[in-house]
Amino acid sequence: MSLTGLFLCTFLAEHLAGNLLLFVNDGGEMYEKYSEFLVSNPVIRTIEIVLFASIIWHALSGFVVWLQNRRARPVKYEEYRLGDNTELASRMTMLSGSVIFFFLVIHLGSFFVPLRVTGSDVGAYHLVQEKFSSLWFSGFYVLALLLLAYHLRHGFQSAFQTLGLRGKGYDSILSAIAFIFWFVIPLGFASIPVYFYFFRRASGAAFTLGLL
Amino acid sequence: MNFKLKIWRQKNSTDKGRFVEYLVKNISPDASFLEMLDVLNVELTRRGEEPVAFDHDCREGICGSCGIMINGRAHGPGHGAATCELRMRAFQDNETIVAEPWRAKPFPVLRDLVVDRSSFDRIMVAGGYISAKTGGVPDGNAIPISKPIADQAMDAAACIGCGACVAACPNSSAMLFVAAKVSHLALLPQGQPERKSRVERMVAQMDAEGFGNCSNNYACEAECPKEISVSNIARMNTEYILAKIR
Ligand code: HEM
Ligand code: SF4
Ligand code: FES
Repeated sequence: MSLTGLFLCTFLAEHLAGNLLLFVNDGGEMYEKYSEFLVSNPVIRTIEIVLFASIIWHALSGFVVWLQNRRARPVKYEEYRLGDNTELASRMTMLSGSVIFFFLVIHLGSFFVPLRVTGSDVGAYHLVQEKFSSLWFSGFYVLALLLLAYHLRHGFQSAFQTLGLRGKGYDSILSAIAFIFWFVIPLGFASIPVYFYFFRRASGAAFTLGLL
Repeated sequence: MNFKLKIWRQKNSTDKGRFVEYLVKNISPDASFLEMLDVLNVELTRRGEEPVAFDHDCREGICGSCGIMINGRAHGPGHGAATCELRMRAFQDNETIVAEPWRAKPFPVLRDLVVDRSSFDRIMVAGGYISAKTGGVPDGNAIPISKPIADQAMDAAACIGCGACVAACPNSSAMLFVAAKVSHLALLPQGQPERKSRVERMVAQMDAEGFGNCSNNYACEAECPKEISVSNIARMNTEYILAKIR
């Protein structure tokens, strides 16, 4: 789980870096080029297979571990003040993980399937623009990314503990890197639906002008 | 001080068990939690009722026998103390106190607040020993171990095997206990001959006993009466990975 989780984190960094091209104010020209590059590059397509396998492995092993852990305490406590000693993020990984998985299904169905599988008559930029014009769609993205932040807040340092790399005198460096992954990256992703909903809505030019 | 107690009563390992409420009066704030139970048991015996069974021995935090889940916390409120070291002044007067046994599949309840922790013994049998003949106590300065290493080994060796780590863990994982034992021996020269097999066998036994998987919640470290650090778990993970790939 630790290795697949960290691999997914490296993907997130790359994915965000690429998606920040959406902010380039050129009507999506640069982003379309980036999308073309992803579709045509055989190395990317290979890593993609590893990526999907990692997502499945990570989610399945998370589920098995969760089941085993529930079975390890058949009789529950009458009173259990776990919250006194642990962080909220560490107690809700199953919930945050499940929502992220659900998000991924929606996300891949909205972008990956039309752009790479069935083919779409609009380009990547315009598809993003169209999708994020919906308040529900954008709102769901922000919610899912909030949960991704919680998931990584626990998960990032947890992976290093599992690999035996914590408690060795460089924990402060690790938590600085962890901050980038659990705070900066999810915030960066969340800024995309927010930006598109308010400033780049498909038919929202008037709205944007009104707002300014 | 007066308290209302809600205590888990269970006749034997097959009994279903239930909570029973008791009132205790005129308890000294300086009495330990176990002494408060003694007062209750004297009263129960006087009334001809069965006293509450609980584990205890040294009553000074060094044997690891005692262990009660008190108000949802292993060894009760506060940190770094076993149930026998917990004083009644930690509670409010007239407070309702819930006392229940450690709950984990590998710790079956034998009676009332007493659980069977022989799963820990079997983990120790699997690898918590050394075969090196160490002779008598050597001269202090003649031992070639640096102070930082000696301190880390000593901190790990402080584990008294009480099981609070398992009780506090949302997954009933025994990682802190096993990590303390593995670390303590892996750090010292006497532990080297079995270093590789020890971690593999103790972890295998831990899994076979049905303890849960560590999800790095760190509830164990917070409730450990000896304040064993979770960095021992990181060390055991390293030991385990190295043992598997070498
Ligand atoms: C909210 C901001 C996000 C946007 C705008 C976005 C956009 C996209 C787009 C357009 C694609 C298709 C790539 C292409 O053909 O151009 C894609 C693929 C993908 N996204 Fe996202 N994404 C976002 C957040 C996320 C998050 C948070 C995750 C992970 C938890 C994620 C996981 C994936 C995966 C696994 C793929 C397929 C892999 C690939 O084809 O590169 N995305 N995303
Ligand atoms: S690690 Fe701490 S809580 Fe766990 S058995 Fe040892 S002394 Fe008790
Ligand atoms: S009775 Fe020995 S540690 Fe509490």
